[in-house]
Amino acid sequence: MSVLQGIRVIELAHERTAFAGKLLADMGADVILVEPPTGSPGRLLPPFVDDQPGIERSLHFWHYNTSKRGITLMLDDAGDRVQLKDLLASADVLLESEPVTRLANLGIDYADLAGINPRLIHVAVTPFGRSEPLSDLPETDLTLMASSGPVWSCGYDDHSLPPVRGWGFQGYHTACHFAVMSVFTALLGRGVSGQGQFIDVSISAASNVTTEGASYTWLVEQNTVQRQTGRHASTRPTGDTQMRCADGRWVNTGVPPRFPAEFAKLLDWLRVLQLEDGFPEAVFLELGANWEGPFDLSRIGIDDTITAVFAAGREGLQLIARTIGAQDFFEGCQRAGLAVGIINSPEEAFENHHFKARGMQVPVVHDDIGRTVIYPGAPFSLPKAPWRISRRAPKLGEHNREILGKEA
Amino acid sequence: MAQALAGYRICDFTGQLAGAGATKWLAAFGAEVIRIEDPVRQGRWDILRGNPPYIDERRGIDLGGAFNNHNTDKLGITLNLKTDKAKDILARLIAVSDVVTENFAAGVLVKWGFSYARMREIRPDIIYVSNCGFGHVGPYSEFKTWGPIVQAVSGLTHTSALTGQPPAGWGYSYMDHTGGYYMAMAILAALYHKQRTGEGQWIDLACTDAALTLNGPALLDWTVNGRGQRDKPVHSNRSQFNAMAPHGIYPCIGEDEWIAIACRDDAQWQSLATFIKQDWTARYETLESRLKEQDALDPCLTRWTGTWNKFELEEALRALRIPVGVVQKPAERIDRDPTTGNFGLWPVVEHSAMGAVRVDGQPVHFSHTDWQSTRGAPCLSEHTEEVLSRLLGFSNEELKTLRAEGVL
Repeated sequence: MSVLQGIRVIELAHERTAFAGKLLADMGADVILVEPPTGSPGRLLPPFVDDQPGIERSLHFWHYNTSKRGITLMLDDAGDRVQLKDLLASADVLLESEPVTRLANLGIDYADLAGINPRLIHVAVTPFGRSEPLSDLPETDLTLMASSGPVWSCGYDDHSLPPVRGWGFQGYHTACHFAVMSVFTALLGRGVSGQGQFIDVSISAASNVTTEGASYTWLVEQNTVQRQTGRHASTRPTGDTQMRCADGRWVNTGVPPRFPAEFAKLLDWLRVLQLEDGFPEAVFLELGANWEGPFDLSRIGIDDTITAVFAAGREGLQLIARTIGAQDFFEGCQRAGLAVGIINSPEEAFENHHFKARGMQVPVVHDDIGRTVIYPGAPFSLPKAPWRISRRAPKLGEHNREILGKEA
Repeated sequence: MAQALAGYRICDFTGQLAGAGATKWLAAFGAEVIRIEDPVRQGRWDILRGNPPYIDERRGIDLGGAFNNHNTDKLGITLNLKTDKAKDILARLIAVSDVVTENFAAGVLVKWGFSYARMREIRPDIIYVSNCGFGHVGPYSEFKTWGPIVQAVSGLTHTSALTGQPPAGWGYSYMDHTGGYYMAMAILAALYHKQRTGEGQWIDLACTDAALTLNGPALLDWTVNGRGQRDKPVHSNRSQFNAMAPHGIYPCIGEDEWIAIACRDDAQWQSLATFIKQDWTARYETLESRLKEQDALDPCLTRWTGTWNKFELEEALRALRIPVGVVQKPAERIDRDPTTGNFGLWPVVEHSAMGAVRVDGQPVHFSHTDWQSTRGAPCLSEHTEEVLSRLLGFSNEELKTLRAEGVL
C-alpha cells in the first residue's frame, strides 16, 4: 500500500499549491482537485501538447496534477458550497491558497470546519502568511523570489547585469515542500491526539529560510553576501568554479584537489592524456602527491609551496577541461574522487544512464488520447509503500459523477 | 497539547545542511534528535562546525554560526566508532531509537559495521534514511556531490541564466536546503507508515533524483514535444515558457538596486502603461506583441525604472495591483520587511557558548502544536553524559572511565 493510502485531500486548485497536491497524490493520498467549472488558470499555462493550446493540453497542468481526481464546484454558489462542506466533513486535509478572508466570508474556513471535522488538517499556502493582508497582492513566482532572498544571491560577477531568478517555479516548490512536511507532521500528531489543526505556510518565509549563507551571515555578523557567477554568493570574492570544456559544454569544477591522493590522481590523469609535458606546474602536483602531514589550506597566500601546489591543482584541472568533453571530464574527475559536476540541461540529465537506472523515467498512460507519456519519477520512495503516479491529471470535471453524482 | 513529534527519537549522523536541515525540522516539532559526532576529529566531518560566520572575535569548534543555524534544538554526543565499546553503545542507542539518519557518502555506515541489515537485527522496526548525492544504488553511486554539483548535474544550473551569458546557477546550495526538505519528508513519511503498520524500512534518498523532479514541465516538453532546454536560449528572469510579459528584473536608483515586475494579463499591463505615461507603451498593447518584442520592451522599462527609488516604485505598483517585488538584500528582508518579523521567522536561540543568536525559523505556523526553537546547536559532546545516563543507564563512574579510554 502507498504511504498515504486512505488519506483524502481536498485541494482548491491554485498554481501555488499544485505541487504539494501532486507530492501527496503520488504518495497515495486521494487528492480531489476542486476547480471552477471554467477550469483553473493552471490549465492555460504553456507548454502545450504539440504546441496547441487547450484546457486539456497543458503539460504544466499535466505535471502538477498527476494522481489526482478532479471535480468542478463554484465556491460562490451556496449549493456547491454545501457539497464542498460535505466533502470536507470527512476529509483529512484541506489544501488551499485562497485570498486571506475568502473562506471565512464563505463560512468554510478552519473555524467553521473544525466544528464538523475536528480531525481536519487545513493547510493554507499564501504569499506572506494567512494573517498578512499583503498576501492578497497579485504576486508571481518571480516577484516573491525577488523579495524573499533567492534572487539577491544569484547572477554574475558583473553587477551591471541584473541578478537572476532560478527558473522552474522554485519559489512555489519551496513553499510546497514545507506544506508537505507540515501535513506529515500534523498527521503524526493527529495519530496520537486525534486532533487536526490549521497550518499557515508563507511562501515568502519559505524562501527567506532557503538562502543558506545570505540569511545567517546577516543574522550572525551583519554582513552582506554578494552574487558571483555560477558559485556561492560571498562576503569576499572567491575563485571561479565554472569552466567550458572542449565540446563547448560547461562544468562546475567544485573544490580543487587538496589531499595527496587527489594530487596523485590528477597527475596520473594528465599523464594518461599526455598533457604532462606541456604543463610545467606538474612538479608541484608531484610535491602535493608526496605531501606529508596536513595540507593546510589556511596557509594559501602565506606559504609559497602550499600556494603553488594548490594553484597547480586548479590549473591542472582547467587544462584537462579545455582538452576533453564535459561528460568525460565529469566522470574522470569523479573517478579521481573529486566532486565535480557537468552542467546538464534538464533533458540531458533525464536521459543520463544513472537516472534511468534509478527509475526516473516513468510511463503514464493517457487513455483519452491513446498516448503513453514519460514523466519524471519519484523524488524518493518508500520500499514498503512505494511512490507511484496512479493516473494522469484529471480532465475538467472528470470525476463529478463519481464524487458529486453530477455531470461535468 | 504535546508537540506533534514528541516521543520520537532520532539517532542522527547528519551534518552540513542537506542532512542537518532535515533533522532541524524534527527537533523544532519536538522530536528528540541526538547528534552523534566523532570525538577524535572533533566533529569536523561537518565542515560547518567551526566555520564562519562568527558572532564575535572568538573562534573554535563550538562557535560556527552556520552550524548553530542548522542544528537548533538538537542534543549532541560523541562516540569514537573506531572502538568496540563505542559500537556497543551505538547499538544500544539504536535499540531505543525510531530512526537512524545520515548523509555520508554511500557506504560509510557499513564500514563502521552498521549496515541496514545489522541495524534491523538490533531493532526490527528501525527506520533508516540515508541521503547522498547520487543514492546508494546506480552507476554514479560512488560519485560525490555538494549542493552546486547536484544543481549542475540535475539541470537546475543550466536553466538559471541570462541570454548570452554562461549559466548563473544558484548562488547558494538550493539543493542542500531542498535535499534536506525531502529528507525530512522521507523520515516523516516512514514514521507515518510505522505509526499505521508497525513496519520500519530503509529509504535511499538521492539529492540528484529530487533535483531532477523539480524540472517537471521542461521534462514533459522534452518527452512529449521533443523540445529540450539545450536547444533554446535561456533567460530565466522571463516567464516560464513565455506566458507573461513584461516579466523581468529592472534597475532602480542607486548601486545594485533592482526590482522585479511582471504583468499577468493585458489589464495589468494597461494599468502599468497608464502609470508610466510614455508614448512607447502604446506599441505593446497585446500580450502577443509584448512577448514577441520583449527584447525591445525590456530596455524601455529599464530606462523608466532607473528613475525610481525601488521601495517607492514597489509601493506605487502594489497600489495598482501589479505584481512587483524589490530584490531585497538580506538586511532589508530580515530587518526592514515587517512581514518576516511579524511571522516570527527569526527566533533567538540560546547557545551554551555563543549566547543569544538569531537563526532561521520555520516558515509555517500550526494552530495547536507549533514549532519552537529555543536552544542553540549542541557544543561538541555537550549532552554525552546526560544522554547516556538517562537513556542507557550509565553511571558517572562508567562514563568517566569511557571518557578516559577515549570511547566518548
